Amino acid sequence: MRFIFKTDYEDDIRLFPHSGYVWTYGTLLVLLAIAPFVLSSYIMSQLVFVCIYATVGVGLMILSGFTGQASLGHAAFLAIGAYTAAYLQQYNVPFPVYFLAAGLLTGVIGALVGFPALRLQGIYLVIATISFAFIVEEILARWESVTHGNEGMRVKTLSLFGLMIPRDSPSFYFLCLGFLILTIIGTLNLLRSPTGRAFIAIRDSETAARSMGVNVALYKVKSFAISAAITGFAGALFAHKLTFISPEMFTLLLSIEFIIVILIGGTFSLHGAVLGAIFLVMIDPFLTYLKDDMPGIISGSASALGASKATASNIQSSVAAFASANGLKGAIYGFIIVVFVLFEPLGLYGRWLKIKLFFQLFPLYKRATFKRQKIYVKSERNR
Amino acid sequence: MLDFVQQLVSGIALGCVYGLIALGFVLIYKATEVVNFAQGDLMMLGGFFGFTFISMLGFNYWFGFACAVAAMAVFGMVAERVVVRPILGYPQFSIIMVTIGLGFFLRSMAGIIWGTDDLKIDTPFSQGVLKIGSLVLAHDKLSVIAATVILCTLLYLFFNRTTLGTAMRASSENMLAAYYMGIPVKRVVSIVWAISAAVAGTAGVLLAPITFVHSNVGLVLGLKAFPAAVLGGFGSIPGALVGGVLIGVIESMAGFYLPQGWKDVAPYIVLLAVLLLKPEGLFGHHVRKKV
Repeated sequence: MRFIFKTDYEDDIRLFPHSGYVWTYGTLLVLLAIAPFVLSSYIMSQLVFVCIYATVGVGLMILSGFTGQASLGHAAFLAIGAYTAAYLQQYNVPFPVYFLAAGLLTGVIGALVGFPALRLQGIYLVIATISFAFIVEEILARWESVTHGNEGMRVKTLSLFGLMIPRDSPSFYFLCLGFLILTIIGTLNLLRSPTGRAFIAIRDSETAARSMGVNVALYKVKSFAISAAITGFAGALFAHKLTFISPEMFTLLLSIEFIIVILIGGTFSLHGAVLGAIFLVMIDPFLTYLKDDMPGIISGSASALGASKATASNIQSSVAAFASANGLKGAIYGFIIVVFVLFEPLGLYGRWLKIKLFFQLFPLYKRATFKRQKIYVKSERNR
Repeated sequence: MLDFVQQLVSGIALGCVYGLIALGFVLIYKATEVVNFAQGDLMMLGGFFGFTFISMLGFNYWFGFACAVAAMAVFGMVAERVVVRPILGYPQFSIIMVTIGLGFFLRSMAGIIWGTDDLKIDTPFSQGVLKIGSLVLAHDKLSVIAATVILCTLLYLFFNRTTLGTAMRASSENMLAAYYMGIPVKRVVSIVWAISAAVAGTAGVLLAPITFVHSNVGLVLGLKAFPAAVLGGFGSIPGALVGGVLIGVIESMAGFYLPQGWKDVAPYIVLLAVLLLKPEGLFGHHVRKKV
């Protein structure tokens, strides 16, 4: 058991409150650094996706988790970043330039979306961001001179200072990982600055924040811009990872995937974005496993329990039919969202905190510590 | 000119579809302050229930229709009990996410159970056409318009004239106070979900001849119903109808007079414009923020 005595104001905002943090994150960093030399290329490719999704997750977390502005339009920001990168790359613009341009342009568009969103709250904001995403999707499909419409765009191999970085090379992984770490550190710094404090104040109560002198409009727009810019940067990396982008990749489903990332991870901490990204990326291998191995396992255990051979093969084929059904992924997404909101609203990171607290307070842990408060009196309409 | 009138009429027919789905949103929003993002998928499920009763089991159309609507009402109650009730009182975002998740789940499950082909229901209005001068109007579209107007009127009267309707409005304003006044809030919420699912079921069966029964139909139409509900003012029953019709007309005009691509975007542009200029919609109340 560690007791932390704070003797300085700095202690409150330190990134690493005590040496334990340095050790755990240092170990994690070392493990991530040796990963490409140990793990298979398939897992590395998944890890790159984890990095990209986690970057978007951090971006969305700033907006939804810390400023309290829900957005179901982040696929559009990702698309803008990806298309900017792909478009500029055609004219032999070097990577650092178009990478920056992707982020900045998306940030500016994010700010432009933020202005109208100032007047909106709750469901209206959700609906408005969905509409924004639809409009962007349609523009991408129609503005053929720039985006090549539904044919999509090819993205050439990334070249940095004359060095070619193919999408499945360790260097690309380090690039994505580096950018993720940079984003996380930047966001942590942002959150302990006055800007971050203002974001959190707006989330907790807009009225209270305003009466404390926070310029709500300014900070909301800032939050939108920062969140969109991070997503735009991730979009440029995403385009390089996929090597081919077309409008139908950036649909509502992708926006919902991003929401799932932060919802599953836990919307109150940046750890959540990373955990959620790992969880989401793991769904695909899990589905493959379900398709390939599950029917055999289930029919095997059925015959072990005494079912006849015909029934066992019947079971096998029906399980196989179910597991390979189109759209099972959607059902799993839906199921996960419902289960997490109902039973684990604080997400995976919240679960980790609960386990940690359980052992810290061992015989004295109370479930009520993490109980959410229900409010039946307030009508959001009159807010 | 004839083109214009024809577009107008088909826009109104399309708009009534949106209005019918928006009506479902509005009902639930009016009574519980919850926005049900799965409304379109409930409608899709209603279509599938109708298909099961009418085409697969071979019931008489009207009896099968009634069975489908009843089944949807029960389904709505079950969905409310299992998914929505545990999180009543939590921030709105949780409820939005749960209904989105529910919609996803229903959509894929319907695809897995009933397959992904376009299914068709034979209805008494599948064939007939009404001709006024040179204006042509199919009976199936007329049936949707008629059903929307009838349902809107009935529900409007229900909400404003009956005790249960008043109880619903009261529980949406302040659940706790309504509970203290002796309103059985849980049962009220359950009933409103049943009504809303039944409305969705009606829409699903009526739409079957027009859009066919397909597991993705709910997503497309459900998302277009949002502009309708917002334009009418979320929470106003006549608003849902008027908003739906306006959106339908705008969409069909945009499809006819504007270049390709505008048709799908026009409703959302209207939506954003409404949110910017008049967020309370055409029929909504503007409520000042209280601290």
